[in-house]
This record gives sequence, C-alpha cells and structure tokens, in this order.
Amino acid sequence: MKYYTYFPGCSSSEGGAKAYGWSTRAVSKVLDIELVDLDDWNCCGSTPYSSVEELASFCLSARNLALAEKRGLDLVTPCSSCYVILNKTNSHLKQYPHLKAQVDEALAAGGLKYNGTVRVRHLLDVLVNDIGYEAIAAKVKRHLDGLKVAPYYGCQVVRPRFGFDHPEFPNSLDKLLVSLGGEAVPFPLKTRCCGGSLIIPEEALALDLIGKILNSALSNGAECLITVCPLCQTNLDAYQSRVNQRFKTRFNLPVLFFTQLMGFAFGLSEEDLGLKTSIVPVERVLAKYL
Amino acid sequence: MEPRIGVYICHCGSNIAGIVDCEKVVEFAQGLESVVVARDYKYMCSDPGQNLIKDDIKNLKLNRVVVASCSPRMHEPTFRRACQDAGLNQYLFEMANIREHCSWVHEDRDMATEKAKALVSAAVRRVYLHEPLETKEVPVNPNVLVVGGGIAGIQAALEFADSGHQVYLVEKEPSIGGHMAMFDKTFPTLDCAACILTPKMTTVGQHPFIQLMTYSEVEEVSGYVGNFKVKIKQKARYINMDKCTGCGRCQELCPTSVLSEFDCGLGKRKAIYIPFPYAVPNKAVVDPENCRHLKGLAEGKDVCRLCQKGIEKKGVPGCEAEAIDFEQKDVVVEVEVGNIIVATGFQQFDPSVIYQYGYGRYDNVLTGLQFERMSNASGPTGGEVLLADGRKPESIAILHCVGSRDENYHKYCSRVCCMYSLKYSHLLREKVPEAAVYQLYIDMRCAGSGYEEFYERLQKEGVNFVRGRAGEITNLAEAPEEEGKLIVICEDTLVRRKRRIPVDMVILSCALEPRADADQVARTFSLSRKADGFFLERHPKLDPVATMTDGIFIVGCCQSPKDIPDTVAQASAAAARALAMVSKGKVEIEAAIAVVDEEHCAGCKICIDLCPYKAISFDEEKKVSRINEVLCKGCGVCVAACPSGAITGRHFTADQIMAEIEGVLV
Repeated sequence: MKYYTYFPGCSSSEGGAKAYGWSTRAVSKVLDIELVDLDDWNCCGSTPYSSVEELASFCLSARNLALAEKRGLDLVTPCSSCYVILNKTNSHLKQYPHLKAQVDEALAAGGLKYNGTVRVRHLLDVLVNDIGYEAIAAKVKRHLDGLKVAPYYGCQVVRPRFGFDHPEFPNSLDKLLVSLGGEAVPFPLKTRCCGGSLIIPEEALALDLIGKILNSALSNGAECLITVCPLCQTNLDAYQSRVNQRFKTRFNLPVLFFTQLMGFAFGLSEEDLGLKTSIVPVERVLAKYL
Repeated sequence: MEPRIGVYICHCGSNIAGIVDCEKVVEFAQGLESVVVARDYKYMCSDPGQNLIKDDIKNLKLNRVVVASCSPRMHEPTFRRACQDAGLNQYLFEMANIREHCSWVHEDRDMATEKAKALVSAAVRRVYLHEPLETKEVPVNPNVLVVGGGIAGIQAALEFADSGHQVYLVEKEPSIGGHMAMFDKTFPTLDCAACILTPKMTTVGQHPFIQLMTYSEVEEVSGYVGNFKVKIKQKARYINMDKCTGCGRCQELCPTSVLSEFDCGLGKRKAIYIPFPYAVPNKAVVDPENCRHLKGLAEGKDVCRLCQKGIEKKGVPGCEAEAIDFEQKDVVVEVEVGNIIVATGFQQFDPSVIYQYGYGRYDNVLTGLQFERMSNASGPTGGEVLLADGRKPESIAILHCVGSRDENYHKYCSRVCCMYSLKYSHLLREKVPEAAVYQLYIDMRCAGSGYEEFYERLQKEGVNFVRGRAGEITNLAEAPEEEGKLIVICEDTLVRRKRRIPVDMVILSCALEPRADADQVARTFSLSRKADGFFLERHPKLDPVATMTDGIFIVGCCQSPKDIPDTVAQASAAAARALAMVSKGKVEIEAAIAVVDEEHCAGCKICIDLCPYKAISFDEEKKVSRINEVLCKGCGVCVAACPSGAITGRHFTADQIMAEIEGVLV
C-alpha cells in the first residue's frame, strides 16, 4: 500500500469531471494506493484567478499546501491546472522572500504556517513512477489489443520543467498505454494547448486549437484520445460538435480520462468509471473488449 | 641589516588616483616604521617610474621595496626585475593591489583611501620580514608535443618545426585535417577549404622535423615545464604503414558498408577505408567494430579477409603490398618534450535534443556540418544540394543559434555561425539559384576582416533575412502551400508577427561545444575548464595562449569557439611562445617553494599524497619527507597540512602572513 494526500480540485470532485474523480479512486484501489482527501481544501487558485489577482491566488494555493504539510505526505492531484499552480507557489515562495512574507501573513491570519516541504505530484507521475508500468500491466484483465489511442498530455503537465517527463516530447503516457496493451499513435500535437479557459471569452480561437488537436489525432489513426486534465477533456469532448459546426468537419472522437481507460483495462464496471458521462459516446470503441 | 623600505604609490592614470587620494597614502606611508621614502607617480610601471625605484635603491640604500598599484599578476615581474637591475634581490619586493582590490571596486573616495592605506601598511609589515631567495634554472628540452591535428595543431606544428626543432603531432583520428577538412568553402573569401588546407597537411606529412602519430592518443603526462615525459598510445590500425600505398583496393573489396563519420552519416564507408581522398597519411585503417574478420577472430573464427586475399575465383587480387596485418596490437611509446600545445578542438552540438526542431525525425533537417559535406564536391552527393528523395529543394531555411545563446543548452555565442550561415546562403544561391533562401537570426554578428562586407553582399544576393529564432519545425500543413513541406514557425520580431515559412530543407547552424572527452583531456594535461566547459587560459586578454601550468599551451576551439584566422593566429602564437623558451634554453624555477625542516618532520607522510604536483617523496633512510625543488610550485597545501609544522612555504612563512594581517588591521 502506498499513501498520499489527495487534492481532487474542483472539476474532479463535484464539477464537470466527476468521472475523473471516480475513475481515479477506482484505479487507485486496484493498485493499492491510498488517497486521503486533503481535509478542508479550497480552490487551488489556478488559471483565471492567477491572471487577475496573483497574490490572492498564491495565498489560496499556499493554504492547501500548509494543510497538506501537516500530514507530511506527497500531495497528489489529477488536474494539470492544480498541479501547475501548487508547484508554482512552492517555487515562488522559495524564490521570492517578499512574496513569502505576504503569504505568511495571510496564512497566519488563518492560524496556519507553511514551511515549504510539500512535494506536489501529478497523478500520472505517481502512477508511472511510484507504481510503475509492470505493476500496472499485471492488473490488466481486458487487454486492449490493437486499440489505437492518441495520448494527449496538454500543455501544462510537463511545463515548465518540473522534471517527470520531457517538456517537448513526453512519453510516460505513451508507455502507460502500451502497458495496457493499447497502441499509442504518433501524435505531434500531444503537448499543444487545448485552449483552456479561453473557450469562454475567445471561443473562435479555442475552437481552432481544439480542431487541430482532434485532426492530428484522427489523421494518425486514433480511435480515441486520452487526457490527464479535466479542462482538456471538457474542451475536446464537449466542444467537438461546436468544432464540427464551425469548420464543417465530422469529428466523432471519444475523449477519455486516462484513468477511465486504465480502469476499463483492469476490468472495472462502467459505473465505477463514469464511462457514460462523456458527450461523445465511448462504448463504440470499447465494446470489442467486453 | 636594518630594513630600509621604499614605498611607491601608482596613480595608474586616473584608474587609481580617480578614487584614491594618493597623496594622503604617501603621507601615511612616510609615517610607517622603517619606511625611508614614499613617493607617488602617474605610472609606476613606465620607465621613469621604474627608474625612480632604481635610483632610490642606489641613492638611499633601500633594501626593501613596496609598490602599491595593480594586481601582482599584472606587474609583479616588472618591479621584481627593476629591483634586480638595481642590485636588490627580487624577493625583497612586495606589491599592494590598490587597483583591482580597491579603486576599481569602490566609489567612496575617503573609504577607498583608507583601504589603500591599510593595504600599504600590510605590504610594508610583510616586506619587513622578507628574505632574499635564489631562483634555480633547468635546461629546456627543445622538442614539442602538439595534440590534435586540425588546423590549429597543423599550424602550430608547422611553425615550430620550421625552426628546425622536433615536433610530435598526435591525432586521435586516422587522418589529420580536423573539421576544416570537412568544410566546402571558407568565409568570407570563399576559398575552397581543401585547397588551402591540403598543402599544409601534405607538408606536415613530409616535414623532416614532424613525427606524425595519427590514430593515437596521449595517455599520460608527467614532469614539468621544459622536461615533460609523455606516454602516447598508438591504436592498432591493422595496417603496416610502411607497406600501404593508399591504392584503395582494400576498400573496394570490403563487403561491409557503414555510415561515414567524415560525411556526417550522409554517405557510407567500408570497414577498411581511407578516411577521405586527401587524407594524410593516405593509408587505410580497419574499423575493428565493423570488420567481419576481426569480429570473427573474437569468436575464434577465421572469416572474410577479402581485402587481404582478394576474390580468387574471379582472379581479383587482394592487397598486393601485403600491408594488412590483423595481428597488430596497440603500442605505447614514450617521448620527451619541453613544451606541449593542446589543440583538441570542438564538437558540433547535437540538435536532436531540441525535439521541436525535428532533427533525426525529418529527413531534410540537416546540421551545418552535414550541409558542408553535401556542398563539398568530394562529398556524398558530389557537391549537389539534394533532398533525401533526390529532388532539388525549392526553398531552404537556415536557423541560427541552435544550441548557442540558449540558456537550456549553451549560453555563449559560438561566434562563427552567423558567418558560416551566410556562406551557406551564398552556396545555395550558387547551386540552386531558383530556390528561396531564408535565414532566421537573432542578431547578425559579423565582426572580422571583410565579414560585414560579406553580409552586405549576401543581402544583395537576394537572401531573405528574418529576425527571429525559430520555435518549431513541423510537417503539419495548415494551408495548401504547406502540403509536403517543412514549416518553420517563428516570430518575425521586426514586423512583430508570427510566421509560418514552408520550406523543403532546413539547415541547423549548430553551436560549437567542448568535446565530450574534454574532462579527460583536462585531467591528462592539468588544465582547468571555464564555466562553459572550454579550457581556461592564463589570462583572457593578455595571455589567451598559455595555461596555469607552465609549458602547456591551448590553441584553437578547445579554448573557445573561433574562426580559422583567429585559430591560425593563436596557433602561431603558441609556437612562438614555445620557441622562445627553447631559444632561451633554460627555464627559471620559482624560489617560493616549500621546504621541510628535517628536525621536526615526524615522517607521517600526510604531505606526500596531498601534493598535487607529486613533488614530495619519502627518504626511507632518514624517515623524512623530501620536496623536489623543481616540481614544487609553492602552492602551500603541504604547509597547511603538516601536523608538526615542519614544512615552511618560502616567501609565505607564518610570520610574514601574520605581519600582513596585522598591517591591515592596525
């Protein structure tokens, strides 16, 4: 059994990516990972907020880190945005004493203190590096023979250089896919931006980015695409019809969380993994393995 | 004899006097114990300045001198000589550094003046305790070792050998020539590289005073300036050099083809091969990793040997000179030299680590050296610029600063890339005149004789200069005109817009970086390395040729990236420096060395292992440590380490250093 403090983030707890949260827990159980929710966690302080009010964003983030420090375990999150802001806060507090003083003051008002000792990890990092490809392969019950998958990392999980994979050409997710029996198709846009939250204020721009990613996956023969981030999944899945409308395309590419595909390979049930929550139906590509 | 000290404060123009009140320092010095005279002067290092000291020594019977001026690294030898000229032992002199350590680093006049006083006081107290020391001289072996047979090593070897002294030129590869032999033309004159290099290479091969040792590496260097002993390993070439005529029949017979290193993987060579048509020596070499016979021998089998035997059935004879010798073994030879010139060169940065440029993934992304080979008439395409599928490119992009000026790889500028990129543009305009040529640069750095003019010429030749570093090269088309092309994505910083430039071929102008084995070479020759990994010179401006180890010089790109003219100039300079030492015939050995007081030495031997110069041995009879006066550099490690305080550093005695510290503090 391996133990971690778990930071679900807003999307995968109650938000649009509930299925990510469910499948994460289901897969962890199979792999003997204990994820204990961070008690009294709050918003991670990520993307939109951090561009408007940076200090407040760091304070929110630092509060989570201060709470996690009490338990002394690595803080794991399945969300790329949470991962980036929590890591950024960690490094900024070390680098900028002036900022640290302000954040310390805010934490003290809430009776908290942060010493900078928490290691923030992305779920993908934990699964491939702490658990390992072999242990994952050993749990596979439905071998995904020949399933052609586009492994999509998005722009955040490997940037800037936190070090668990190459920032321009990551391959941890590719290797994880192979350990499930699947095939990672060549995917040159695997670290390209999905548009993120720009889908709200700059829809045309984001749709263009989404369209390119879907096109690249499809033209390389992918039957489905997997992501490691709730926002990527939402953009690529929920906005596919909008892309089709705009560019007169006919994309119909299932977009899964990587934990959903893992859980499916481990033989878990549809309900445990929330496979029906996707907008583009996923059953079509998975049916042959049932 | 009672010390009579003269103190001289230098203004160094306004370098010192601009911040330090020199008159006040003079006044202060006059009041110090044993100081007979204190003066200031505009430039103490000038002839009149030195004469001031000399006259005072004679007239005022001075027996100690202090000069407060610049760093001793700069002018200590000057003033020591002045003292000696006036009949005073040079070790009765002390220098206070009130420029680098004071005026250059302070802004407050009063405080800087106070600090200058403290430094002068320290020097006066120290010199009070100085003792006269005698230097020793040893003869200089007139031979020289040159390591590396590129243009730097070739030039140094020729310059030195022409004086009639013996040169040992050691080259790791089977032929000399280095990178320059791979080039097509040279900027900015567009001389053919081979045309200007081969005559020098041939001269090296035939020179009566050059012993050429190719396919060899220096294994060990011992000794000291004027008297080095060098062990050189000659790797088995499996060819009898005396018999081989360089006819090339063996390589025609050899059935094994591998990618050619000389053609940067664009062409092939055989497992037995002559490196290139104008190789020196023009002799074959067997590549043991790929030769079928040698690989077979390792498994106890006798296979192939077509090169040796020929093909009997067809009546094709093998090597008629009987030069192939599979029994050959590595040989270690030892030579004695007085000076060593290290010219080990550079290696090209491997751009495949910059994943987004696609080197190694896209066929038509080439490195600069690959393009040199492609453009070279003796290269794999016979000098034609061709795409991987044999078509002629319609558009080409040249990317500057690949691996240079990039904090992810090398921060430094590689100095030659702007110019060789311009040269590529010119060659492309010549060989594929219809093709569009784009050059993506950050800044154009064209400093050198005729370089800016060359840049201007290229602008007129119709090259598209785009100011911006490329972010990515992709084959993902977004528009019809991009189909089947490589698209270079960059920000054109002059028009402040993102651009996508579709091209057929991309040339990466890669950084020059220290060779992968630079660390090992540094250890062998006791060299230091700079932060960028290149070898450290003695002084970046005033002595860019020598190193901190006397008698060992560095030239060419192993010191820092540089072009051919600078390399040749530096190589000639090193040869001149070595020759100067040979012509003097003897070398002075520093007198400020460590000495063992045999009465107090307990024979613990701690000092022996610590000495970085292997200068300490153990006298088994007397059970005490002995310091070799010639090998000792006076570094002081043993002095500090000796548990019984039996070792004294001459000129750095405990009393002298304590006096100096007290001088600063009072």
